[in-house]
Parts: sequence; structure tokens; C-alpha cells
Amino acid sequence: MTELRDLYQEVILDHNKSPHNYREMADASRIALGHNPLCGDKMKLYVRIEDDRVADVAFQGSGCAISKASASIMTDAVKGKTLAEAEALYGRFHDLLTGPPDVKADGAGLGKLAVFAGVREFPARVKCATLAWHTLESALKGEQIVAKTE
Amino acid sequence: MRPSPAVSEKHDAPAKPLDVAALRAQFPILARTVHGKPLVYLDNANTTQKPHAVIDRDRRYYEEENANIHRGTHWLSEKATEAYEAGRAKVARFLGAASPKEIVFTRGTTEAINLVASTFGQAFLKPGDEILLTGLEHHSNIVPWQLACERSGARLVVVPITDEGEVPVDEFAKRLTARTKLAAVSHVSNALGTINAVRDFVRLAHERDVPVLVDGAQAAPHLPIDVKGLGCDFYAVSAHKMYGPTGIGALYGREEWLEKLPPYQGGGDMISSVTFEKTTYNELPWKFEAGTANIAGGIVFGTAVDWLTGIGLPAIAAHEHDLLVYGTERLSAIPGLTIVGRAREKAGVISFTLENVHPHDIGTILDREGIAIRTGQHCAQPVMDRFCIPATARASFGLYNTREEVDALAAGIAKVSEMFT
Repeated sequence: MTELRDLYQEVILDHNKSPHNYREMADASRIALGHNPLCGDKMKLYVRIEDDRVADVAFQGSGCAISKASASIMTDAVKGKTLAEAEALYGRFHDLLTGPPDVKADGAGLGKLAVFAGVREFPARVKCATLAWHTLESALKGEQIVAKTE
Repeated sequence: MRPSPAVSEKHDAPAKPLDVAALRAQFPILARTVHGKPLVYLDNANTTQKPHAVIDRDRRYYEEENANIHRGTHWLSEKATEAYEAGRAKVARFLGAASPKEIVFTRGTTEAINLVASTFGQAFLKPGDEILLTGLEHHSNIVPWQLACERSGARLVVVPITDEGEVPVDEFAKRLTARTKLAAVSHVSNALGTINAVRDFVRLAHERDVPVLVDGAQAAPHLPIDVKGLGCDFYAVSAHKMYGPTGIGALYGREEWLEKLPPYQGGGDMISSVTFEKTTYNELPWKFEAGTANIAGGIVFGTAVDWLTGIGLPAIAAHEHDLLVYGTERLSAIPGLTIVGRAREKAGVISFTLENVHPHDIGTILDREGIAIRTGQHCAQPVMDRFCIPATARASFGLYNTREEVDALAAGIAKVSEMFT
């Protein structure tokens, strides 16, 4: 069960149960849909952009604990960041998830996002953790398409 | 859940129980561990494991008989051709076809359905025509027809399913009209396990001269199949769900229909003569088999069906039904667990959801216990939408599964609940 606990950390289980920023946003400047056809996860992401910054971000949808917690923690992490900072954060987060399983993940500078370090032991679940970020990326690019992890 | 009609009609004598321990010993992979735990393989609707007989036959072909077929004058080519055509004859016998001519080897069920949708569509579909499907279909029995509709201007009509996951025969009858050109129905639902009343569907459709294609991917490894008895016009199967290799399957087509359909793909082997002005096509079934076939696949598919027949489909069906009844009872007792699909006639499939836990998380946690199940939409998104759920977890039984493995599944689910409370 140790590896499972690496994946399902308490923080992740908490965010799954009570996700942050889980709401509709009436004044969103961008809305993007995310979909993982493999597991059926669906996500609607709302972003309000002001002066090149993520002024507010929220999401709704259904998904596994990893995808829901990832979306929840992501919204906390990118709120207030410039678009370039958010993009750079995604890059670092992606490296955290996809690094070699035998190398201890370095979550430095990632704050709470570091709780997803255990995901690299579960390659099948990387897409769950990145769905929200894929969706954010398409929202920031202003693409009116469904972001897919496939 | 009563034993399937296919079982009771065809075989009145009770089947001799399976010697499951002896069967398990024939599957090398069942001896392995996963994450340090004995493998509990409950993903048989996805693909089945392979017995020694199948693995050895594949190896023997490549070690002793490998050559191209239907075109050599040398001894090996004759041996390979004989073995490949013997495989076809075995599949024909297994499905109850009138002749091996009625068996077209394909890459699997998906290609078999695409073959019919594409050629039937080209020859017979016109704007305003209708193709009748059920709400239980796998994507592979939806999308090929959508493509055929896009090309022809025909449209799909879908028979809705009930809350139990059944397709009512009267709902099917109601949607058969003068515009219906073909009905395409699954014999057994991959997502829910429902055994459809295919015989009734065929009778009703034939009253209106509507041909019926049956997607038999989930039925062939679990029930005795008799295409002549069913009366269907087409029946599609995949070897890899029948303890055989991947990449090979078969389309049964009634001879008169296969004669009427145009070729599917062009190339070598499907022709009898080619000039730049005019090509004449080969006889059945080779008219539909362009290019060098999956020769080993056809041969080993034959081995797999003979192996299944040797064990006996009635006995397999009875064994899996016992697991279904036992599993349904064990899983129903788990707090928060809901079984999706409670048809009266069901094959060995238990699709379920667990309150407050996404199926994907169930799958990951069970995997660490060595238990393999499938989670997700099972390539049947319309079924998930019908029940307003994003996905399910699905345990599906094969002939080598045991009640102890069902117990392991129940214990694994208890661990999932524990982690998520």
C-alpha cells in the first residue's frame, strides 16, 4: 500500500472530496472543455484574464480523484500568475509527472503541486493529472476546442 | 438472471462442471504475480489469456510451416494453405455456418463490421434509408454505420434500452419500418453483459426482409453459437476474446449476401484475373481477403475454437453463470456499490460504480492488489450517457476464473472504500 499512499496522498484525497474553486464563473473571459476519452473525465474550465494575469480561475466536471485534485490545486496555484508564469509552471509540473520513476522527484518551487510526485510511479495516471492543465492551456490560448489528453 | 436461452435450447442435459484447476494450469500467464500478488485476471471482455495449445500452435506454424498461401507451388506453401483453410473450416463449424465459404477472415470484429457497413452501404443504401441499432452497441457497431450513413444519406435509428439495460423486443419491432435496410445488434453487451433477444430481432427483421448483422464479439467465448439457428445474415467475432490471438477475427455472412456485396479492399488474392481494363474477383470467401492474410492468426484461431469446443461451451456458460450469480451477490453486499445493468439474461460481466469513488481510482487500487479489471466507458459512451454516469468499473469472467477470485475482488473493493472514506 506504500506506493498507493504515494499516489493518493491525504492532500489529494482532501481536494478530491472538497475541491477548491469548484464553481461556475459568470464573467469568465475564456472557457475551455477538457475531455479524457479513455476514462470519460470531463472538465469545464473558466478563466478571467486581466492585464495578462489569471485574475480568477474555476472548474466544474467529473473525474477521478487525481484529475479532480489536480484541477483544484492548479486553480489555487495559477490564480494571480501572469500567463507566462502559468505556462512555465505547467512545464515544471509536467516534468515532475513524467520524470524517470527511479529518480526521486524534485518538487522544488512547485509548492502544493509537489504532492503529485507519486504519479510518475503510475504512468497510466499521468493523463489524469494533466487534464486540467491541458484544458488551462487551451483556455489561455483562447482555443474554442475540447482539450484532449489522447 | 437465468442461464441464456442459447444454452437451454441447444443442450438440455446439464453440462459437466469444468475442472477449473486443470484449465488454469494450461494458461502460463495465470501463474505470474503482479505487484507481488497473484494475478487475478477479470478483464476477459477486453481480451482473454491464451492457453498452451494456442501459444504452441502459433510457434509451430512459424517453426515448421511458414510460407505464403494460395500462391506457391512449393510444399511449404501447400502446407500453410492447408492449415489456414483448415482454420477457416474450424471457425465455420464452431459458428454453425453452412460452409467455410461463408467465413471471411478479418482483423477482428471491428473490421468485420466495417466490411459489411462499407460494402452494404455502397451497394444498397440511399438517402432516407435507415439502419437500426440498439442503445447497447459498442462504438465499433455504431461508427462504421455512421460512416456509411454519411456517404449515402441514410440515417441511424436507435432502439432505447431500459433501466435494467435490456433492449425490449417490442421497442425493436416498433422501429422496423419500410425504410429500414439493415439491423445491427450486439449479441452480448460488452459494457453491461446483457444477452440480447437476437433470435426475436432476427425473426422480426426477416418478416420485413431486413437483414441482420450480429456483433458476436462478447458472445462467442461464452455461449454456444449457431448462426444458422439464429438465422442472422452476418455474425462478427474476434479471436482474441476467444482465447485466441489478436489481429484475427471472422465475419460470417450468409452466402447469398456475400455474393451480393461488392469487394471491400482491392489487392492480391481477392482477384481471379486483372487487366488494366477489367478485373474479375475471386470466389467466396477470398473475394473479401485482399493481400497476404494473417496466416498464423487464421490457423491459430482454428486451434482456439477447437480448444473451446473440446471444453464445451455449455459447461463454460454454466461456470461463468455461477461466477456471475456469486459475484453479483458478493458485490451487491458492498455499501455504496451499484451494479449497472441488471438484465434478466446476462453473460459474465459485472459493471459497477462505487459511491464517491471514480472507477479509474478503483482500477488503480485493485491493480496494486494484482486484480485486473477494466474501468472507463468500455467503448460504449452512449450506454454511459444513458445511465448518466461518466464511467464504470467492470469485472468480466472467463472460463478460468474462480469464486476465490471473486472474493479477492470483493476484498480489493473494500480496500478502495477504506481509502476513500
